[in-house]
Amino acid sequence: MDEFLQHLLNAVMLGGTYALLGIGLTLIFGIMRVVNFAHGELYAFGAYAVYLVVAALGLNFFLGLVVAVIAGALLIEVALLRPMRGADIDTVMLVMIGTWIVMQNTELLLWGGVAKAIVTPFPEAPLVIGPVSISWLRLFVLAAALILIAASYVLIQRTKLGKAMRATFQDADTAALMGVNIKGIFTATFAIGSALAAAAGALLGPVFLVTPTMGDLASLKAFAIVILGGLGNITGATVGGFILAFVEEIGAGYVSSGYRDAMGFLIIIIVLLFRPTGLFARAERVG
Amino acid sequence: MKQFASTTTLAAIVLAAAVTTAPAQDTIKVGVIQPLTGAFAASGNYVANGAKIAADEVNAKGGVLGKKLELVIEDNKSNPTEAAAVAEKLIVRDKVPVMMGAWGSGFTLAIMPKLMEYKVPMLVETSSAGKITTSGNPYIFRISPPSAVEAVAFAKIVDKLHIGKADFLVVNNDWGRGAAEDFGKMFKEHNIKVGLVETMDPPAQDMSAQLAKIKASDADTLIVTTAVEQLTLIFKQAAALGLKKRIITTGGSQNPDQLVEQAGAAANDTTHITFFTPWKPEVSADPAMAKAFIEEWKKRGYPFAGLTESFRGYDGIRTIAAAIAKAGKAEPEAIRAAFWQIELPGMNGKIKFEKAGPAGQESGQSTPGIYLIKIENGKIVLPSRECRFGHRCVEGSVLRFSCRNLGRLPLPFGERVGVRGLQNSRQS
Repeated sequence: MDEFLQHLLNAVMLGGTYALLGIGLTLIFGIMRVVNFAHGELYAFGAYAVYLVVAALGLNFFLGLVVAVIAGALLIEVALLRPMRGADIDTVMLVMIGTWIVMQNTELLLWGGVAKAIVTPFPEAPLVIGPVSISWLRLFVLAAALILIAASYVLIQRTKLGKAMRATFQDADTAALMGVNIKGIFTATFAIGSALAAAAGALLGPVFLVTPTMGDLASLKAFAIVILGGLGNITGATVGGFILAFVEEIGAGYVSSGYRDAMGFLIIIIVLLFRPTGLFARAERVG
Repeated sequence: MKQFASTTTLAAIVLAAAVTTAPAQDTIKVGVIQPLTGAFAASGNYVANGAKIAADEVNAKGGVLGKKLELVIEDNKSNPTEAAAVAEKLIVRDKVPVMMGAWGSGFTLAIMPKLMEYKVPMLVETSSAGKITTSGNPYIFRISPPSAVEAVAFAKIVDKLHIGKADFLVVNNDWGRGAAEDFGKMFKEHNIKVGLVETMDPPAQDMSAQLAKIKASDADTLIVTTAVEQLTLIFKQAAALGLKKRIITTGGSQNPDQLVEQAGAAANDTTHITFFTPWKPEVSADPAMAKAFIEEWKKRGYPFAGLTESFRGYDGIRTIAAAIAKAGKAEPEAIRAAFWQIELPGMNGKIKFEKAGPAGQESGQSTPGIYLIKIENGKIVLPSRECRFGHRCVEGSVLRFSCRNLGRLPLPFGERVGVRGLQNSRQS
């Protein structure tokens, strides 16, 4: 039972970060029809930004988080996507694959292949509650992830900007006729999606290690979560993130750790068999 | 204008001629395949840099057969498919007569059929999966210890560690699974129970699930086999879970200095089987050579932590240079035959190839030294230098050996464990 509680706690910790990764990707795909293969690289970018601020410049860890999120939000949107606006989905997809390769190798060139560790102000000794134990850093990461998820939800569902985003998502032409600034919406959406990926990287960089290839696995998980939850659906991405984490953790704990990743994909296959549009696909989705 | 055009054309022709002919005349090409990008980029670059130091050293002394060694270094991108592809490129396009590679066992195994196809020998500097030398590939010459040799060396002190039951957490590839098998077999021979054998994917970052399971088991010791990045994560995650078992790592890709720096207190009281001791070059098999190598490594501005990997590249290229010199010509078959005849000092013992694998198509396997180190209070301690493989263990060489006494201990010579007997037992 103690072991099960520990597994459950691990799954919740992991799920929060998976959800954060999934939300950013699902937003960008759902609204902009951009298959963002560079999502994982934005995750790595966020982690390197924190490393730069904390280790290289010697500044505060929390300041590093803020810098990572802002820089991540602006990076690809301003440099690449704005000139590409109106290009078809395949062209943008190829550009994003190129971006992925360029970013990963630039990181390798700048920082080398040796993994970097980020020092945080949290104590190393874990918090022990009865039979289970957890590090303070992961607790902070979970809290931050939940806050970011809630903030995204409020932004999309409760604000005027969110309403305009959803309108654009349903039918961009009609939204434009109704006076929605489509270009502005695209910029905002990609910036928010990228910022969430960079935030995930900035939060998880210190938990794990910062390496040039860290984004590959993150990308894979993010795509899996988005497919599981239904494209363009924030609730779906959140629930999908927690389901994937839970299945991986329990699968590794009680079935076989060698098939840990296979468990996640098994669940996705089962979901797609019975609900081909994902768990939470909406009827109003167009396209 | 016309004058200018013809001058530049001429210049271009001369330059092109210089580029194509000059190196072919006075260099001997040696192919090097390492993971320079991808998940194992750090380790691969260390080995490649060690190889460059060795080549520069050989060339400074006049090269081999009157020609300079030219390393053609290719990137296997931490990917077995790429490894096979660049091996083919090196053999077919660069026409290298001999190669060194390819860090990971999976990469080396992927290259091995190409060696058979083109009949080009390869020196294996890092990979430790047993089947590399037991699958009957006569073009393989390995200077790194297979995990079975590691297990036999470790067997000499295992009784003093008083392990009751051990769990394994290994990377899910030929390297990790091979280590679990070989150490597991050795433990059973020493009446040590083997509990869980958990695996993790090479790029995995979250091992909490496996560690939670291991925490709940009744074993007192955890054996971990993987590279430094995952070890760092495992130590941190084990500490976060409150896992209080003795942790011993195998495989020699730990980079203990990097562990100390990145895992912090979580790395304390962990034990590691390593193949080179840059912290104490005087315990190395050839202290003068070890010291010179460490000096050169520092002079080039490479990180100290890389030394436990880079020495493999250094030893590998020196071995290849010796084989070419012995062969008298830079041709694959002659070099392959020469590998069997050479003998030279390595960083961790004499490099001399002995036959391994099925009769008639044996691979070469050298028997290097193995050291056990421990991290205590953020410092690297060598508790048992006298447990060098091939020599008898001295009484009292327990893990908590004081680091103070190390410099003064004489190196005892004892009974040598024959690698041939070991290989035979593996086949049976």
